Amino acid sequence: MHLTLEFGGGLELLCKSVKFHNVNVDLPKGADKLSMRDLLAWVRTNLIKERPEMFMKGESVRPGVLVLVNDCDWELSGQLDTTLEEKDVVVFISTLHGG
Amino acid sequence: MEADSKPKKSGARLCCVCNQNRAALKRPKTLEQICRECFYAVFEEEIHQVILENQLFKPGDRIAIGASGGKDSTVLAYVLSELNRRHNYGLDLFLLSVDEGITGYRDDSLETVKRNELQYGLPLKIVSYKDLYGWTMDEIVKMIGLKNNCTFCGVFRRQALDRGAALLKVDKVATGHNADDIAETVLLNILRGDIARLSRCTSIITGEDGPIPRCKPFKCTYEKEIVMYAYFKKLDYFSTECIYSPNAYRGFAREFIKDLERIRPRAILDIIKSGEDFRISTTTKMPEQGTCERCGYISSQKWCKACVLLEGLNRGLPKLGIGRTQGLNSDGKKDRKRDSRTPSIESKQCGSLEF
Repeated sequence: MHLTLEFGGGLELLCKSVKFHNVNVDLPKGADKLSMRDLLAWVRTNLIKERPEMFMKGESVRPGVLVLVNDCDWELSGQLDTTLEEKDVVVFISTLHGG
Repeated sequence: MEADSKPKKSGARLCCVCNQNRAALKRPKTLEQICRECFYAVFEEEIHQVILENQLFKPGDRIAIGASGGKDSTVLAYVLSELNRRHNYGLDLFLLSVDEGITGYRDDSLETVKRNELQYGLPLKIVSYKDLYGWTMDEIVKMIGLKNNCTFCGVFRRQALDRGAALLKVDKVATGHNADDIAETVLLNILRGDIARLSRCTSIITGEDGPIPRCKPFKCTYEKEIVMYAYFKKLDYFSTECIYSPNAYRGFAREFIKDLERIRPRAILDIIKSGEDFRISTTTKMPEQGTCERCGYISSQKWCKACVLLEGLNRGLPKLGIGRTQGLNSDGKKDRKRDSRTPSIESKQCGSLEF
């Protein structure tokens, strides 16, 4: 599945300072849908090059990281259970820095 | 149900305010699902109400906005500017920035403030630690190591803001502290037994008995909403963690608050409410406010904290003013025995080290 990912609020530093990533994510074995849960695991393995604890805690994002799917708060679509579709845009913004 | 139709995307909910547009976020404050336009309106209106109800400003006031280039101060500058225009507050707004001399962090964020100056049309003043104290944070950290960095920086920054505000001849300083920050501070002060600070830290206006009062218009504004506002409005801000902050104690309070928010977002405002309603027992000894003998700044000790820390730096005593076991009496000799008539850092009430 082709997706566009954006990392902001300092998270880009964990992905070699690259803010935008066009990725192709394989569905998990035997699944017919890709969930945010699956995507997060994929991102941790494939995109996060250092300090993964800054991005994730357990199977979700670290508290303080906002997630938007197609410019909508993932809290509206079920957080980890949000299902993704082809060409979706997912944005991760960290709020954990000085203001 | 037709087998070949696309199932409805689970995120397609309507805004609960206008019932027309698609909801873009869930407000932590109220758990409402709201669209962008309604979010902007309610965000701005709530801040306007906070300003009115607390009488933060009056017409003709010159206000310095503490601007670091970060998310809170950028959004504050943008919103205050907008509300000033929309509601005719009659304010003269300025951007005031402090350059602590942290390479790779502050020099970059100052570039952002310089852009904000142009973007929002607000005149900018920058004051630096080097000019004010003769030391950059990088130099300080070289001397003191990686512990207690925020203690030095926080103390120096507060005074730097006051100096800058005096240079700009403003009536008040507005900072971007948000609800999450204040909830963290309440917890921090509880964890440290700092009763004096606990009694003051939830006030929306502080320092009215000092040189220049300060206010926090974002006291009831959630950090998440500030970031979403900035994101949707595409506001230009700088977002990297200060390189010295990972060792700060505040990090623990922050982590805890963030975990709490996930379970019950209202907890943040409720902690602030608890902080506001604390009443200090009449038998608790509280520090009395006077002035620093060396610089005249407001202080509850003989010397204000900034002077104590600077003295330490200049004498090569990095631990001076840190913790409760180091003391310095007025002729510079370290205390050998406690003299109850001479105020010293050692004899101070637990948690009351401050200026």
